[in-house]
Amino acid sequence: MKVLMFGWEFPPHITGGLGTACYGLTKGLSKFDVEVLFVVPKTYGDEDQSFITIADAGDVVITERKSTNQEFWDNFRYMEVGSNLIPYMDPEEFKKIFDEKILTHTEFSEEVFAQNFKFSGSYGKDLYQEVARYALIAAYIAANNDFDIIHAHDWLTYSAGVAAKAVSGKPLVVHMHATEFDRSGENVNQKVYDIERSGMEAADKVIAVSNLTRNTVINKYGIHPDKVVTVHNSVEPISLPDFTVNKAVKEKIVTFLGRITYQKGPDYFIEAAKLVIDRDPNVRFVMAGSGDMLNKMIRRVAQLGIATKFHFAGFLKGHEVFEMFSMSDVYVMPSVSEPFGISPLEAMMSDVPVIISKQSGVAEILKHALKVDFWDVEDMADAIYGMLHYEGLSKMFKKYGKVEVENLRWENSAYKVKEVYKSLL
Amino acid sequence: MRTICFYFQVHQPFRLKRYKFFDIGNDHYYFNDFENKSIMRKVAEKCYLPTNQTFLDLINEFGDKVKIAYSISGVAIDQFEMYAPDVLESFKKLVATGKVEILSETYSHSLAALVSREEFERQVKMHRDKVKEVFGVEPQVFRNTELIYADWIGEYVAEMGYKAMITEGAKHVLGWKSPNYLYCNAVNPKLKVLLKNFKLSDDIAFRFSNRDWEEFPLTTEKFVSWLNALDPKEEIVNLFMDYETFGEHQWAETGIFDFLRALPNAVFKYSNFTFSTPSEIINTIDPVGAIHVPHPISWADEERDLTAWLGNELQDEAFSKLYQCYDLVKQKNDPQIWKDWLYLQTSDHFYYMCTKWFSDGDVHKYFNPYDSPYEAFVNFMNALSDFIIRLEQE
Repeated sequence: MKVLMFGWEFPPHITGGLGTACYGLTKGLSKFDVEVLFVVPKTYGDEDQSFITIADAGDVVITERKSTNQEFWDNFRYMEVGSNLIPYMDPEEFKKIFDEKILTHTEFSEEVFAQNFKFSGSYGKDLYQEVARYALIAAYIAANNDFDIIHAHDWLTYSAGVAAKAVSGKPLVVHMHATEFDRSGENVNQKVYDIERSGMEAADKVIAVSNLTRNTVINKYGIHPDKVVTVHNSVEPISLPDFTVNKAVKEKIVTFLGRITYQKGPDYFIEAAKLVIDRDPNVRFVMAGSGDMLNKMIRRVAQLGIATKFHFAGFLKGHEVFEMFSMSDVYVMPSVSEPFGISPLEAMMSDVPVIISKQSGVAEILKHALKVDFWDVEDMADAIYGMLHYEGLSKMFKKYGKVEVENLRWENSAYKVKEVYKSLL
Repeated sequence: MRTICFYFQVHQPFRLKRYKFFDIGNDHYYFNDFENKSIMRKVAEKCYLPTNQTFLDLINEFGDKVKIAYSISGVAIDQFEMYAPDVLESFKKLVATGKVEILSETYSHSLAALVSREEFERQVKMHRDKVKEVFGVEPQVFRNTELIYADWIGEYVAEMGYKAMITEGAKHVLGWKSPNYLYCNAVNPKLKVLLKNFKLSDDIAFRFSNRDWEEFPLTTEKFVSWLNALDPKEEIVNLFMDYETFGEHQWAETGIFDFLRALPNAVFKYSNFTFSTPSEIINTIDPVGAIHVPHPISWADEERDLTAWLGNELQDEAFSKLYQCYDLVKQKNDPQIWKDWLYLQTSDHFYYMCTKWFSDGDVHKYFNPYDSPYEAFVNFMNALSDFIIRLEQE
């Protein structure tokens, strides 16, 4: 079975959980004899691996990368879409070129590539254009490769998936890692919502990363329940880097680690911290990360008068994350809306007991984590206090939590994904 | 007698280094030596050395007729000793002429007067001892941090034996009154109060090089004509400003040094004004009445109040958490703790947390080593958290 897969990022260049999830999933699929042709926009110029050019249409350089992951390389092809891409086109022009050039399987003419454009690859003002351009390239790739199934991850690639389906007639699976409602609350961006909905409508199956997300897809996007399947994410076993951390403060540490945005619920963490500090001054709280709510959070901590017990650690990179975990006694993920949520799993692998909001997908699969409603700060404070003071509780969560996480396998998720593929063939 | 009183504030804080959460409990040194040294050297070359030389030349040229007053914060003196002994030598030369008066202040340019009389008096004494040690003089006149003044602060200062204090001629305090007279403290009339003429001071300090200013360019003749235009009954014109005005805020290229060099001559030639130190003024001129200042004033920003340092949530939290340490600092009674305690109190740390961006933001930004007040707050609180750990350790 061959799958044409569209992503937006892939390790080592990742900005969020999507790249990690794509890596785990494709790796898992390779164990079940699924061949994957993975396409991402090439957003960096610094890859030092050797590239083999497999297609060259005008100035569009599509390169295939030799992976160092020999383990599953046999069933895996990796494509990057080159950086000299097609300039902006309005939807009509796009359709014209699409109909004339792609559907008739002709090569792109020179004039289309007359101007250079660089994929920024991140969320910028040209995002919609890039999504559209990515779709055009996707159609070209679809016309020139053999596969049985198309699989697109998150809204940025949905247009690409739809275009590939139009060209090839092969079934399309779209994978919802996060919905616009998770990112923006009720103030959704209509354009993004529309892309998400039309992608799911055009798809033959929709995979949601949790039942929480599946419900959103059904209730807020009006997708028929029969079409939507839940496949929970998993986590790659990590080998903890070798380091010693000199924990220099004697107090126990409660940690929040993530983007400081509406979705992650940092404000509830601060309110709970205040309640705990009032009860027990021998605790320190750390908020690591950055985001549009950071300044507001700093101001709130000052207002509450807890700034010598509540610290802001900034954005942590690489081993600093594990240093932070190794200093932590409790990890809290108070997300308002979290389709899945991989960070508590990483904390558990580092022997840190976790408290997670019931409004997260990961709460559906974890047994050894305390679960609270994000808005119930008293309950959250109670859970933190208990985890810090009742050693039996934290010991049990550490011990069984680690085992529980280690038993999560991407192969299990991949197996379910393959079942979805099979149902479409 | 009609006279001009030149007074300059000389101050450099010990700026904090980037102090991260991971440093708390591990690293007990909070200051950015490299940055402090390079800023000190830069300001020394651009401002302190050339301006001191200019004044020394003027004193040599005009003898007894040119007078100046300085307040040099203790933390500035400490940094001169560390990074710019040449600057300290040139100040000593100026003081040795006998035409220069040194004023008292808090050692670390702190806001201690607002919160702890005990700590305030301790710092004033420390500064007094330092000035005596370095310059061999005993100040008679007091200048509180950033000209912060209120009736009760004047009362503290009078009880410490000072004869006069200088502050801002803030409009909301003066009303119809003129800053160009000598006043006295409302509680203790023995303490004289000199008020800054902010119009004429800021013409030099802020507007000198502003091409949008209708009076640009400012010449010494024009400036003296403004002095002559004052009511003949008005006796003193207090020109108070940051010393860094010369060469740092107003670059040498603006002609500020030429203006300074030519000013005394123009004053003597075209007017009957003289120059005096604050001590000479209080010995020769009688106060016209008391000035009532129930709420603290300062020379900062349009509001002339404390809001550059205190008032927003960040500043108030940092300030209250810092001074909650005082009892433990005293109990600990350790030389290194005393020193860090002193340097952490410097008002600049709170100035960096100011969020009044729109009216005076430009000035604030110019002096600010941080990208945002939030960053300033987080960094200060991290360092303070470590300081508290040291205080609580057995």
